[in-house]
Amino acid sequence: MSVLKSYIQIKKRNASISWKIAKKSKTYYLFLAPYATLFFLFYVVPVVVSVFLSFTYYNVLEPAEFIGFQNYINLILADDVFLIAVKNTFLIAVITGPIGYLAAFLFAWFINELPRYLKAFAVVIFYAPTISGQVYLIWSIIFSGDAYGYINAFLLNLGIINEPVLWLTNPQYMLTVVIIVTLWMSLGTGFLAFVAGLQGIDQSQYEAGYIDGIKNRWQELWYITLPNMKPMLLFGAVMTITQSFGVADVPMALTGFPSTDYATQTVVTHLIDYGSVRFEMGYAAAIATILFITMILCNKVIQAFLRRVGT
Amino acid sequence: MEKIAMKKKFRIKKSKPNRSFGGDLGINFILIFFGLFMAFPLVYAINSAFKPLDEIFIYPPRLFVRNPTMNNFQDLLVIMGKSWVPFTRYLFNTVFITSLGTAGHLLIASMGAYVLAKYEFPGGKAFFNLVVVALMFSGYVTAIPNYLLMSKIGWVDTYWAIIVPSFASPMGLFLMKQYMEGVPDVLIEAAKIDGAKEWRIFSRIVLPVVKPAWLTLMIFSVQGLWNTRASNFIYSEELKTLPYALQQILAGGIARAGVGSAVSLVMMTVPIAVFIIAESNILETMASSGIKD
Repeated sequence: MSVLKSYIQIKKRNASISWKIAKKSKTYYLFLAPYATLFFLFYVVPVVVSVFLSFTYYNVLEPAEFIGFQNYINLILADDVFLIAVKNTFLIAVITGPIGYLAAFLFAWFINELPRYLKAFAVVIFYAPTISGQVYLIWSIIFSGDAYGYINAFLLNLGIINEPVLWLTNPQYMLTVVIIVTLWMSLGTGFLAFVAGLQGIDQSQYEAGYIDGIKNRWQELWYITLPNMKPMLLFGAVMTITQSFGVADVPMALTGFPSTDYATQTVVTHLIDYGSVRFEMGYAAAIATILFITMILCNKVIQAFLRRVGT
Repeated sequence: MEKIAMKKKFRIKKSKPNRSFGGDLGINFILIFFGLFMAFPLVYAINSAFKPLDEIFIYPPRLFVRNPTMNNFQDLLVIMGKSWVPFTRYLFNTVFITSLGTAGHLLIASMGAYVLAKYEFPGGKAFFNLVVVALMFSGYVTAIPNYLLMSKIGWVDTYWAIIVPSFASPMGLFLMKQYMEGVPDVLIEAAKIDGAKEWRIFSRIVLPVVKPAWLTLMIFSVQGLWNTRASNFIYSEELKTLPYALQQILAGGIARAGVGSAVSLVMMTVPIAVFIIAESNILETMASSGIKD
């Protein structure tokens, strides 16, 4: 009993201490208040409502009906397409996530070594796939299944193939095509954040490095650049996770929706299928919640890993 | 003597003292190779906008335009001239949403990020974690709760349904907070000793130091808002955004393919212009705070 009592007492004291600090930090709360208000209203509330909906049957027209864990049970035990989607999503995420992340950093770092005007030019070129909006649609022309597709025309001309390959409708190739295009687009948010981050490193640290005998660019990278970039690396990692687990636009635009044999169904296209085609919002919300939890776990692992950088 | 002079003349200037020549060469080679791969969509988009219709459907397909023509743009102007709502109205809508949304987002997110990055106060850490976690929830599902919320507030079919939520986009706060962690504490303490109030420190000292971050954020925000179709929230024809209106043009099908490529080029110009201006400013800033810890 006394243990519990002292525990409560400590908690009470802690609470009163933090209350005192909170009163002192009034200015800080004022700074945060506009963002916090809007964030709770437009981001937290909808997410909470969605998680709640995942325990209901909700078809948008009738009021939501509480059904407990039924959506989750159906999802895992009865939905074969969901398992395909999970497999595809993991495959896409495992390949495009790490490669895209490393490429974004390496290119940002390489470009940072260039002289100034060339640097600006190179950043524009490498960010082009992202800035030009829906321009990835040109890949549907490049990989087009008839002889008009660039790749088919090229291979036919060389005589490597005798008839056009159905890149976007033959399940054998579809996922590969999606992975290639996703990789091509992966130098997005993270890349620009890295470019900005590299710009913010105090140059005098490098000069100190030369004097302290840093021999080559790799040592400089590990001992000076990476430790300085830690916050940006973390940002890039989170953005990479959200992007690589959230792949949906590319497969939908290139291979159709739904795709042949669900060969490029991802978790998010599955979600869109239930959410905006079949209007089973409860089920769609359950898919979103599972994806959400997976991403959070993945984020935890990567954060632990990034903590060891530069040590 | 002569030999040394020769050597000096032909030596390629190294960017930094501890770089190997081979490494520089290799890196430049990699950059050129992947650069061509990355530049492809831009080259393609620019070329096809100037292609006459027969060249768009030529076999075998060609990347570069042979007989450049302005027909696609003229057709676009004709279609725009025939539209029921004057086309400048669509343009105004998108410019309004983009500029107000970006300005508000930059201000509100960096204010929040500043106190989260530089001060410890109860609830600060937890709030930040919540923001990072919120990034990971799929936007497709929150569309319906969001719509219900907007209709409760009465913002359906107004600009505000797009602008106000964009103020609080989690990515912006996350980016600014991460970048502001690099601002030396000494800088802020020195300003405090000089008697500066928080707002002054924030606007006069921290914001200029983190210029690369908010310029980057501006690029993201403009890019996102400029391409917003907003079809979930906006129904009145005179409030529709430019991408929405242009999408209606493209619904004309294959006969509009030429106009379509003109449209994508026109849509790209503004984000690219903003991007180039902002990025050249980012690359100009050389970080040297002048303060050694």
